[in-house]
Amino acid sequence: MLYNEPNPLEVRILSRRFGMPNSHTIETYLKTDGYKALEKALGMTQEEIINEVKASLLRGRGGAGFPTGMKWSFVPRQSPKPKYIMVNADESEPGTCKDRLLIEYDPHQMIEGIVIAGLAVGAQRGYVYIRGEYRYLIDIVDRAIDEAYARGYLGDNILGRGVKFHLATHSGAGAYECGEESALLESFEGKRGVPRIRPPFPAVAGVYQSPTILNNVETFCAVPPIILNGGAYFAGLGTPKNGGTRLFCLSGHINKPGVYELPMGFNLMRMINEVGGGMRNGKKLKAVVPGGSSCPLLKADECDLAMDYDTLAAAKSMLGSGGVVVLDEDTCMVKFALRIMRFYAHESCGWCIPCREGTAWMRRLLTRFHEGMGQESDIVLIGDLSKNMLGGRTFCPLGDAAALPTLSIVEKWREEFEAHLDGKPCPYDKSSRLVAV
Amino acid sequence: MTFSPELEARFEKFLAKYPADRKRSAMIPMLIYAQDEIGSITDELIDEVAKRVGVTPHVVNEVLTYYSMLHRKPMGKYHVQICTNISCLLVGGEELWNKASHKLGIGHKEVTADGRVSLEEVECIGACSWAPAIQVNYDFYHDVTMAQLEKLIDGLAAGKRPEEITELVKVNS
Repeated sequence: MLYNEPNPLEVRILSRRFGMPNSHTIETYLKTDGYKALEKALGMTQEEIINEVKASLLRGRGGAGFPTGMKWSFVPRQSPKPKYIMVNADESEPGTCKDRLLIEYDPHQMIEGIVIAGLAVGAQRGYVYIRGEYRYLIDIVDRAIDEAYARGYLGDNILGRGVKFHLATHSGAGAYECGEESALLESFEGKRGVPRIRPPFPAVAGVYQSPTILNNVETFCAVPPIILNGGAYFAGLGTPKNGGTRLFCLSGHINKPGVYELPMGFNLMRMINEVGGGMRNGKKLKAVVPGGSSCPLLKADECDLAMDYDTLAAAKSMLGSGGVVVLDEDTCMVKFALRIMRFYAHESCGWCIPCREGTAWMRRLLTRFHEGMGQESDIVLIGDLSKNMLGGRTFCPLGDAAALPTLSIVEKWREEFEAHLDGKPCPYDKSSRLVAV
Repeated sequence: MTFSPELEARFEKFLAKYPADRKRSAMIPMLIYAQDEIGSITDELIDEVAKRVGVTPHVVNEVLTYYSMLHRKPMGKYHVQICTNISCLLVGGEELWNKASHKLGIGHKEVTADGRVSLEEVECIGACSWAPAIQVNYDFYHDVTMAQLEKLIDGLAAGKRPEEITELVKVNS
């Protein structure tokens, strides 16, 4: 059963099997061109596979948007160590729920993409790191892996072509930080999920300090359609520097929240009104989180823009992980900022002082504000603390992820902070009472 | 320490996934699956997992304290996890959390006196487009209404299993 109805404006490439009967089984997959891309890739050279991915203009779907083909080309051709493929299925960016569907409805598409990535760099082993909360998906991927072994798409002699590739799942145990690539690698090795100092990047020193391709689930899922139909075809679906489609997760105050596959560059206002069914209860749009909780928020009048990496960067935000959270006019921005900061304070691994202390301090400050005990100087302090966590002051981007949305909220909705000053209760929350913190 | 044959088989599979000199990779998966069987991470379990993956017990202890799903004390038979992160917050997740906490008289990571139900206010569980969402143990429930939540909490407290509370249907089959 689908969790939400598809929309006619969707361009369903990665999600085309969603809703088919038993779409998770290898029988359905094989009936719908499944593993044909792998057969094709077995006849291609490593350069040809990587060039096809480069031509697709596919950019990493985990959030950073790094060109995938280029990332793959950084893996050294000759390596005395074994090479690895690592799949980041630790989906936990607030607002993001797409990898769950890609795994639940079409696990073989992901597996096929992983094996092709293995061919492209000469890796013979891969792992799917799945967040512990997604236990039922671990079972689904385990079953799909067994099916792929039984049919010769995994193993020591794939399709009788003498190529070897082995794949296994790996369970996380609850930690947002482990979605960060280097923390994921630490966690995978049975350690605390604390980030590594880079360089070296995973392409050179990833799993067990060996060359590794590490991508998001959705990135691997895009590989079979790219190889089968050609990179140019995929690129043509998007904008000049942003190839293909991506899964957008619409949530918040809209009529038809859901996960929808749309071309890169799809207009955000159209996404809200025509795909998401418009604002709930006829309310006015106030703000949008364009790509998960780490992204600076957009004001309603900034939302008439194309959803691609470059346009969002030009708007001083990020396309991020595809989590589009829509806020209506009745939302208290102070409370929203507080909830985001509570999250990052909880998830900070504690290694870098600006992040560990900054998130905890700002959580206390924002709590005080929300309770009506804020002072004017605190508004300045929130800005100062945010700036002290940004731009390379921490080893991983969690510091930036906490600071950027907070800064955007303080700068764009300063009047809401002022409305909470000096004992005034929250104007949006009739039940809120003053509580000393 | 003895485990069920199923868990032993699983451990064996886990250890075979990683290179022979990298058994430590199996530590976290072993801990979480063992916790499901035993109820919590006990001192005995720490020693056993340490022995099997070839590290000292204090290394296991240091690692497990990092992960929010691993706990040293048993949670309830039914661990109700309510998301209040941004997407759920906007559509009533916080109200669900407050109601559940009030009804059961317990707070975050606390257990009812009879050990049946525990509560946790969780961070994003990846159900944002079907918010507000909760998990009971590993099962997902989407678009949860206040009336459904009340039925669930009352039912669990009264000794029912989640499957017997027909107002709510888990979405993962």
